[in-house]
Amino acid sequence: MSFLSTLYPAYAEIFLLVMTCAILIVDLFVTHKDRTLTYLLVQFTLLGCAMITVATHQPGVMHLFHNMFVDDLMSDVLKLLSYLSVSMALVYSRSYLLTRGLFSGEYMVLTLFSLLGMMVMISASHFLTLYLGLELLSLCLYAMVALERDSTAATEAAMKYFILGALASGLLLYGMSMLYGATGSLDVSTVSDAIKRGVPNKELLVFGLVFVVAGLSFKLGAVPFHMWVPDVYHGAPTAVAMLIGSAPKLAVFAFVMRILVDGLQPLMEHWSAMLMIMAVLSMAVGNIAAIAQTNIKRMLAYSTISHMGFMLLGILSGNIEGYGAAMFYNVVYVLMNLGAFGIIMLLSREGFEADTLEDFKGLNQRSPWLAFMMLLLMFSMAGIPPTVGFFAKFAVLQAVIAAGYMWIAVVAVLFSLIGAYYYLRIVKLMYFDAPESYEPIKMQPDTGLLISINSLSLLALVLIPGTLQTLMSVCAVSVGQSLLLH
Amino acid sequence: MIFASHLLSLAIWLPILFGVLVLATGNDRNAPMARMIAMVGAVLGFLVTLPLYAGFDKMTSAMQFVENYGWIARFNVNYHLGIDGISMLFILLNSFFTPLVVLAGWKVIEKRVAQYMAAFLIMSGIVNGVFASLDAMLFYVFWEAMLIPMFLIIGVWGGPNRVYAAVKFFLYTLLGSLLMLVALIYLYQHSGGSFEILKYHTMGIPMTAQILVFIAFLTAFSVKVPMFPVHTWLPDAHVEAPTGGSVILAAIMLKVGAYGFLRFSLPIAPDASHKLAGVMIALSLIAVVYIGLVALMQSDMKKLVAYSSISHMGFVTLGIFIFNAYGMEGALLQMVSHGFVSGALFLAIGVLYDRVHSRQIADYGGVANKMPVFAAFFMLFAMANSGLPGTSGFVGEFLVIVGAEKANFWFAFLAATTLIFGAAYTLWMYKRVIFGAVANDHVAHLSDITLREKVIFSILALTVLGMGVYPLPFSEIMHVTVNDLLVHVARTKF
Repeated sequence: MSFLSTLYPAYAEIFLLVMTCAILIVDLFVTHKDRTLTYLLVQFTLLGCAMITVATHQPGVMHLFHNMFVDDLMSDVLKLLSYLSVSMALVYSRSYLLTRGLFSGEYMVLTLFSLLGMMVMISASHFLTLYLGLELLSLCLYAMVALERDSTAATEAAMKYFILGALASGLLLYGMSMLYGATGSLDVSTVSDAIKRGVPNKELLVFGLVFVVAGLSFKLGAVPFHMWVPDVYHGAPTAVAMLIGSAPKLAVFAFVMRILVDGLQPLMEHWSAMLMIMAVLSMAVGNIAAIAQTNIKRMLAYSTISHMGFMLLGILSGNIEGYGAAMFYNVVYVLMNLGAFGIIMLLSREGFEADTLEDFKGLNQRSPWLAFMMLLLMFSMAGIPPTVGFFAKFAVLQAVIAAGYMWIAVVAVLFSLIGAYYYLRIVKLMYFDAPESYEPIKMQPDTGLLISINSLSLLALVLIPGTLQTLMSVCAVSVGQSLLLH
Repeated sequence: MIFASHLLSLAIWLPILFGVLVLATGNDRNAPMARMIAMVGAVLGFLVTLPLYAGFDKMTSAMQFVENYGWIARFNVNYHLGIDGISMLFILLNSFFTPLVVLAGWKVIEKRVAQYMAAFLIMSGIVNGVFASLDAMLFYVFWEAMLIPMFLIIGVWGGPNRVYAAVKFFLYTLLGSLLMLVALIYLYQHSGGSFEILKYHTMGIPMTAQILVFIAFLTAFSVKVPMFPVHTWLPDAHVEAPTGGSVILAAIMLKVGAYGFLRFSLPIAPDASHKLAGVMIALSLIAVVYIGLVALMQSDMKKLVAYSSISHMGFVTLGIFIFNAYGMEGALLQMVSHGFVSGALFLAIGVLYDRVHSRQIADYGGVANKMPVFAAFFMLFAMANSGLPGTSGFVGEFLVIVGAEKANFWFAFLAATTLIFGAAYTLWMYKRVIFGAVANDHVAHLSDITLREKVIFSILALTVLGMGVYPLPFSEIMHVTVNDLLVHVARTKF
């Protein structure tokens, strides 16, 4: 077998890298201001990646590069979803960025590089690969937050994001080095085997675990490492905030699964206790602080924190059902997040950001259809049936109760009630209040169509028999398969 | 034929489908078309429920018109529908009211007509879903989905303080529902992975768990009924809601809570129900007596009827928790009758409000001089609300009092005070509004009810009188089911 053909599990990554470099060069020769060629090339690349991922998929688990890279069902599913969400994010943000002069070749290349980072994270089975992917992702995001050079808010956000991010990476590396010290390896499965056999220095191991969890929770944006989330969401261009809140969450989910669930399974009693505190605090802080926000991006940032807390509940319940539920929750969250930011960007015009709650006033009178889409998104985020957001919450709660944490389920439910208030407030503004301006909303046909599909899917997934079942099963099966590694 | 075997699905989805169609007519330029489509949808929605009554087998308490399809296999959630003698009447009641509400909003609603009509149609379908679900998760989905249209109805077309009322309504109900969700997931685990309500009925549950489950259900259902300490959202919601919203709230939504007790609390946790019956009876009696007195003090007509509703629903929960056939059948009849009567009263108040734009009793007086036909109808409904024999209000109350008497004389004594208080607050309001000299210019310029309003009131008046004189068509439907439920509840489930 030739060397190249042994690389096929990583073909998608290789293709993406090659295409990104090509796009970087091609863009130099694109003189047209709206960069249609570059944009189409990027979308084509994403489509190509998706086709390659599907074509190279095969049952079972493949290891590559001396066990540093793994290809299994979970990685393929998460990668496909990442392509989808990056592609959607680009469609939504195109006209927003064009009117602000930010729709440059760099933006798209950085997006693709961050996607590459996510893919590496998703497929990593070695601590170093994980770290590599994470840094590639983070560095691109830092740069993208600062893309709007003249905006002080964006610069400040990028600075905060960068410094705190660097700190978290440091914590993560420090923790990994302790794990290495205790087990003598950085390979996820070797670490896991070593711990199972018993290591002499358990304290060191747990100490390292604390740092790893701290680093992870920074990337997730879980309390107490959540401080950056509101500032970055607020300061960054809306398109970038949307990107940060969508696909990377899928990658970080894979990260958590590979490190905690796969590698450090024997230490579950320790990390699940840590996750429990973080989850409850995230739900509390996220939901309560969101009430006080007047800026919708900040509100969505706090809502993200609470959603990540809820997602952690699935992981801490410590069974395959719970992991599957957490993944499902994550996928649904990404879908809702994309839709919500998509609508914020639609309402923005040249030189005007529709990012305060007031901008949603009377949307029902300006555009009933858009208001209805936002209504679906908000009710789904609040977890009100018949939207799919409810079933995501339900699946997680079910796993939590099955694991015997009845009190956590009750706490989670009570915080969802608090959360419902601020989502309702958006609905209230859109439907009950009079609009402040009657300016018509300009909508590109592709954006409008995608927004509609995105929001209606929250309903359609539930109402069309079988679809919800399929999605949930895919999550459960793919997570289950990746756990059979050992 | 495919329709004949899917009558319940039809009752649920037909109104929803028409609701979507109405929405598609778009903005207010097409309002006449929106109204027409809504009316057709509402009437068709009612017509498809009639075969349910005609084809109903009264001799069995088993579920009828059953439909069962897989929905989410992963959690064993099924699209499982069916009705028995308890749920059947409410589906009819609900579908009966939808055309009336559409008709009542025909002229009055001028802004966003399509959305208004669509909200009511969709709501109607969802409520039918609540009554027909035999799968707990399906029930829960419909139960919560009900909140969304109602929230919008109150908030968009309501009175000045509508936002406060809408949010309060939503959050109150959501709190209860979420605890119920936890209970349902517990039952799912306990039953080995099933959401079949009927399976829960026969499943053994330890006492502590029963009590917790009962309390979780209680928070959900008591908010909806509403029972005494958690009733405060109702007057706010009623006062701010548009007429149609008030009618649906009083006639249908409140019944959903009481229905929950009969479908979930009692059969799933019978031992806990018996153990906590004392508390439930006490709360019910407080509602009957105390809220009756509160109603006496109201100066706002809608608030008065809202409090009267709470008081009447106290009767319903009393009837349910004294565990005998009189009480339970009385409770069910009272629910149906209260649906008609309170709906009619809110419509009557709506008629006055549309003309004068005030709900204050003090702003009226001598309305009979200007609106004699209206005064006559209003009289009938006021009498029914105070439980006059010969009207539907009497049958239920009488049976509940007889049932209470069998349980304990003092229960019956306290419950019977409602006959006095009810008459006092309703008739006193009636006297101040309708009789006397013409109070002011507004009243002097009143015009009597139109043909459209006459049609609505005549239909309701006939039903109220018919049910009062000859309640058998209603009671014979529920008879077997109620008896079997009582037998079931009497058995312990440890």
